[in-house]
Amino acid sequence: MAAAEGGGAGAAAGPLFAGLADVSISEDIPVEGEISVPVGSHSPDEDYSTLDEPVKDTIMRDLKAVGKKFVHVMYPKKSSALLRDWDLWGPLVLCVSLALMLQGGSADSKEDGGPQFAEVFVIIWFGAVVITLNSKLLGGTISFFQSLCVLGYCVLPLTVAMLVCRLVLLAGSGTVSFIVRLIVVMAMFGWSTLASTAFLADSQPPNRKALVVYPIFLFYFVISWMILTFTPQ
Amino acid sequence: MPASRQFLCRTPSSHPGRSPLTPPPRFQAPAPPSSRPSGQGRGPFNGAGGAGRGSAAAPPIGRPAPRAFSAARGAGEERRAARPPIGRRGAACAAPLSARSGGCGPGGGGRGCMAAADGLQFPEFADAASLLAANPDATTISIEEPADGTKSQRGRPQEPGREEDDELLGTDDSDKTELLAGQKKSAPFWTFEYYQTFFDVDTYQVLDRIKGSVFPVPGRNFVRLYIRSNPDLYGPFWICTTLVFAIAVSGNLSNFFIHLGKPTYHYVPEFRKVSIAATTIFAYAWLVPLALWGFLMWRNSKVMNIVSYSFLEIVCVYGYSLFVYIPTAILWIIPQKVVRWVLVMFSLCLSGSVLVMTFWPAVRDDNRRIALATVGAIILLHALLSVGCLAYFFDAPEVDFPVPIVPAHNGTTLIKAQ
Repeated sequence: MAAAEGGGAGAAAGPLFAGLADVSISEDIPVEGEISVPVGSHSPDEDYSTLDEPVKDTIMRDLKAVGKKFVHVMYPKKSSALLRDWDLWGPLVLCVSLALMLQGGSADSKEDGGPQFAEVFVIIWFGAVVITLNSKLLGGTISFFQSLCVLGYCVLPLTVAMLVCRLVLLAGSGTVSFIVRLIVVMAMFGWSTLASTAFLADSQPPNRKALVVYPIFLFYFVISWMILTFTPQ
Repeated sequence: MPASRQFLCRTPSSHPGRSPLTPPPRFQAPAPPSSRPSGQGRGPFNGAGGAGRGSAAAPPIGRPAPRAFSAARGAGEERRAARPPIGRRGAACAAPLSARSGGCGPGGGGRGCMAAADGLQFPEFADAASLLAANPDATTISIEEPADGTKSQRGRPQEPGREEDDELLGTDDSDKTELLAGQKKSAPFWTFEYYQTFFDVDTYQVLDRIKGSVFPVPGRNFVRLYIRSNPDLYGPFWICTTLVFAIAVSGNLSNFFIHLGKPTYHYVPEFRKVSIAATTIFAYAWLVPLALWGFLMWRNSKVMNIVSYSFLEIVCVYGYSLFVYIPTAILWIIPQKVVRWVLVMFSLCLSGSVLVMTFWPAVRDDNRRIALATVGAIILLHALLSVGCLAYFFDAPEVDFPVPIVPAHNGTTLIKAQ
């Protein structure tokens, strides 16, 4: 029945589409026109070629982006600059400087000294990866590198604390200096945790926020412990 | 009148004595209205023309009652022999057009269907009473469909006196003998969603589990009570990590306070010990459950009615049972031997009781000596962990009694340091 219907329809449509059988594109109907793809929004970098600019401009642009994010960390507001334009330069700089400053604390005994450079590096990066995985496994909507970026940038207050500790230790290493260091490190630890929580908390499911915040707390606690127990030889 | 789904399959030729049953077909357009009793609905399980005529209304679909089918005498063999493949129609049972499981095909499962003399007929499902009323001589076979499907499907007999152990044994999901409880983890293991199923807990659930491990209720099984076939990896992993750092930090602090004031002591952060602590604790929290799970599987193959937990549930129990060591490690900073050993005993009792109450029902049915040896090994390893951590990470507190003065030969006194 279907075939008969098709045949009937074909027969009925014959006069309607009779001209189609004779169409040949190149001879009868000239085809001309313009095909233009609308140009999407260029990022500002592509308006001019960045190959020709001086190197100083390239570096300064990246440094400005990093510096802007530092400011966002030190004054954590609900801004999305860290999340939107993530980069890992800032965390790398912070991690390297923190690891370098934590050196010089273990000269004599190889066993019982402070953390080595590699240990600090691994703790910071591996810890950040584990926390990011944890938050994603719990159902967070943040992307992997955004979370790494936030966690890395929020090490900035602790790096500042390390700097202050080293300066205080230059003055002396008695009880007073210990108390000063303790207060500074605790304040910066609180600042780091609050800053990272402010950035990361929104992307978590609401009934699991504490489950996500606790590892961040532990992470910064470990870094603070490393900073506090630093003793120069 | 037992309500049931009743399917009947008969060939009219084999029962010359009965009135030919021409059921009002569902999908045939010219249906003789006279053959249909008025007032009956048009549900697919409506009484067969012959059987349902004049009887009460057919039961609705889906009643979870014992399902009975009556095999007409003499038609049983034919039906069985002629249980057709899907494509066959004819004198034997005809399969319905719909996809309902009450079909006559191989999936019919022994239910009957009405055969019609001509062409494609559709099965009628009548209830047992109406069919029995039609032909009271038919042999009926009843299949009891249990209301609570899970429990009676287990072949294990429930011995008397074990009802209170149901909470301990958890017979409803104790058949998960595969490595991971596989019922809800249906994603393939290389996808991210697979691992997300191990983190499907909320904050209050984690807190409840921690509370259950610190305050063990005597007689209640931790796995049954709290985990309930939703084992998670969040708790074990982060409790172990916290314990690692708690032990390392507390050990360092305790050593600092013990040796404080000594002129020869120079504080070192002892960062190496973190990696040693991490190796020890993570190895304990993962390898011992693996060994225990393997052992329980092996015993399960020999003694059939041992309840078995899945690997993840054992990891969960071990992980949450380690939680009580976190405050213990912090309290170990107190440099008193007596205090430390009291803490060891106390925490061992708490976390050990959680483990014992979890695993004793699992090995109880086994050989007495093996059961006791298993539980003893669990407790021994647990005690070894805590005592080992105490001994390695925490220096012995100094006992402060006056040092003996040893007179030297040349008159100067040497104070013998301890």
